[in-house]
Amino acid sequence: MAQMTMIQAITDAMRTELKNDEDVLVFGEDVGLNGGVFRATEGLQEEFGEERVFDTPLAESGISGLAIGLGLTGFRPVMEIQFFGFVFETMDGVAGQMARMRYRSGGNYHSPITVRSPFGGGVKTPELHADNLEGLMAQSPGLKVVIPSTPYDAKGLLISSIRDNDPVVFLEHMKLYRSFREEVPEEEYTIELGKADIKREGKDVTIVTYGAMVHTSLRAADELAEDGIEAEVIDLRTVSPVDMETIIESVKKTNRAIVVQEAQRQAGIAANVAADISEEAILHLEAPVLRVTAPDTVYPFSAAEDVWLPGTKDVIEKAKAVIDF
Amino acid sequence: MATKTLEQIENQFETFQILNEKGEVVNEEALPDLSDEELVELMERMVYTRIWDQRAISLNRQGRLGFYAPVAGQEASMLGSQYALDKEDWILPGYRDVPQIVWHGLPLYQAFLYSRGHFHGGQIPEDVNVLMPQIIIGAQIVQTAGVALGLKRKGKENVAITYTGDGGASQGDFYEGMNFAGAYNAPAIFVVQNNQFAISVPVEQQSAAKTIAQKAVAAGIRGLRVDGMDVLAVYAATKEARENALNGNGPTLLENDCYRYGPHTMAGDDPTRYRTSELDDEWEKKDPIVRFRKYLEDKGLWSEDKENEVVDKAKEDVKAAIKKADETPKQKVTDLIDIMHEKLPANLQKQLEEYREKESE
Repeated sequence: MAQMTMIQAITDAMRTELKNDEDVLVFGEDVGLNGGVFRATEGLQEEFGEERVFDTPLAESGISGLAIGLGLTGFRPVMEIQFFGFVFETMDGVAGQMARMRYRSGGNYHSPITVRSPFGGGVKTPELHADNLEGLMAQSPGLKVVIPSTPYDAKGLLISSIRDNDPVVFLEHMKLYRSFREEVPEEEYTIELGKADIKREGKDVTIVTYGAMVHTSLRAADELAEDGIEAEVIDLRTVSPVDMETIIESVKKTNRAIVVQEAQRQAGIAANVAADISEEAILHLEAPVLRVTAPDTVYPFSAAEDVWLPGTKDVIEKAKAVIDF
Repeated sequence: MATKTLEQIENQFETFQILNEKGEVVNEEALPDLSDEELVELMERMVYTRIWDQRAISLNRQGRLGFYAPVAGQEASMLGSQYALDKEDWILPGYRDVPQIVWHGLPLYQAFLYSRGHFHGGQIPEDVNVLMPQIIIGAQIVQTAGVALGLKRKGKENVAITYTGDGGASQGDFYEGMNFAGAYNAPAIFVVQNNQFAISVPVEQQSAAKTIAQKAVAAGIRGLRVDGMDVLAVYAATKEARENALNGNGPTLLENDCYRYGPHTMAGDDPTRYRTSELDDEWEKKDPIVRFRKYLEDKGLWSEDKENEVVDKAKEDVKAAIKKADETPKQKVTDLIDIMHEKLPANLQKQLEEYREKESE
């Protein structure tokens, strides 16, 4: 076991798969010699050579096209979009092309591609770096969307994503890259995609969340506990498909649920989860399912980030609201 | 100073031709090394494809085909380039480029099923290296860079070839694809079939560049403008591009100057709104089949009887292919759910069961 940050766990996952499978290729802007702008690919080119870990010209659509073509010729591409706001440059490549490869070919071709990308608020970036665009991805049939919240999960989920024979969008919250360390096994292990994880058990209210909001929610749960409220915090880990089974089981126990996301309110993951809870467990609910989200503006200029992002207080407020309903 | 440089570049892109409109050889030294049998086969394929195109248009009008983009006028560009390929080479087609993938091995009835919007149309047989026709203009071009790099990294002696039109040359993906392939020295061939109109917009309005071929210069790759109505020129240019790619000399952009006689697609496009009949006539005089027929007749390799045989064969094959398409089981929503992922996620598993029940009713 080693103490790792999330970024180290991500590098370790790529190293593991580069070793395991000679068809795994890692590429993107600045991922080679420079080791990536966040150092996610630090040392990988040196260890595996320029044929396996390499820089691309600066063009996101070109990068997706490269990944799709390499996928068709037997490789297993792990491509990086330097910041996820840049995905707009290649929405077609990701949502229009690789997501549909298996479908369009009636199952004869596939795109075994992992699209890794940093995203998420709270680190004072220029615009179109921090945006939470997972909802757009989740609404694209053919894509799985994975968002880890801890170093341990990041390694196991990334290895599973790389091994998946269909495209996986793997979103790495920038705020979590180096925020804490935890024990991460040096050997390989996988975490099944599409499975949520109960990060804290509780009986009074279910908090469904993912990404950096897992930690916000856990802090909120600690404070709620001081008031005698035991919150169960579910980390989705995969936001498409959503593990409704785990959520429904929890709601049956707590009879109350809130959904917390960093993204804007409209048409997001939280809306989907809330709707599914209502459809599947309405008779178990003592209160409506409430959402904690950011407002429906463009991602804010960095000086306003702290006000805009949902915080512990917002989570506590909504949790109490469903309890007091 | 800058103007002079641009002129120098543009003036280098003269049109490469071997057979003129009268079927006379105007470029003896560029004549490709094709046997008499191969020359005849090329002609057979062009005649066959024109008949199939006519039948497809007619089937479409009868409501028996669905989406169809006519190809008449582009046979030399399509089939001359495909003929220069090895069976193991990859083709990444645009939506009109169905003839190339059929001659590369996709069964005709599957091409018809594709037109009808049946998923079996996209189920490319395992030994046929083609992609399904691409609908997004230019998306196939960036993918070509990837396929070409993949072939090179796997140590294959093969190339990836892609097709788009004059409108496609305005897309960002066109530049990105050429640029990536150039940067990785990947064995790719980019074919722009300049049929003069992107639906209704004339090529002159697409760009200030005098030729599309010159756009290769910016990507640092080879570019050539080809008489796309001359099957021998198209074949020779593609063959050379292929050899250069495999010899490590980088990708090539080919601009095949041609014309589509018909509408953009059969879904309501009316070319009389944007083309004059004078222009149509002017291009029909350059017809690829007329000039190649003349060339072959002069060599004693072609006759009316021979042509009639090919016409009859094409008609029979189309009839048989439509019959086979008719016999293919209708597709169901459950089929489509099944082909979404390797392993169905829980939400789709549930929907699969719902639709199984609906479809068994």
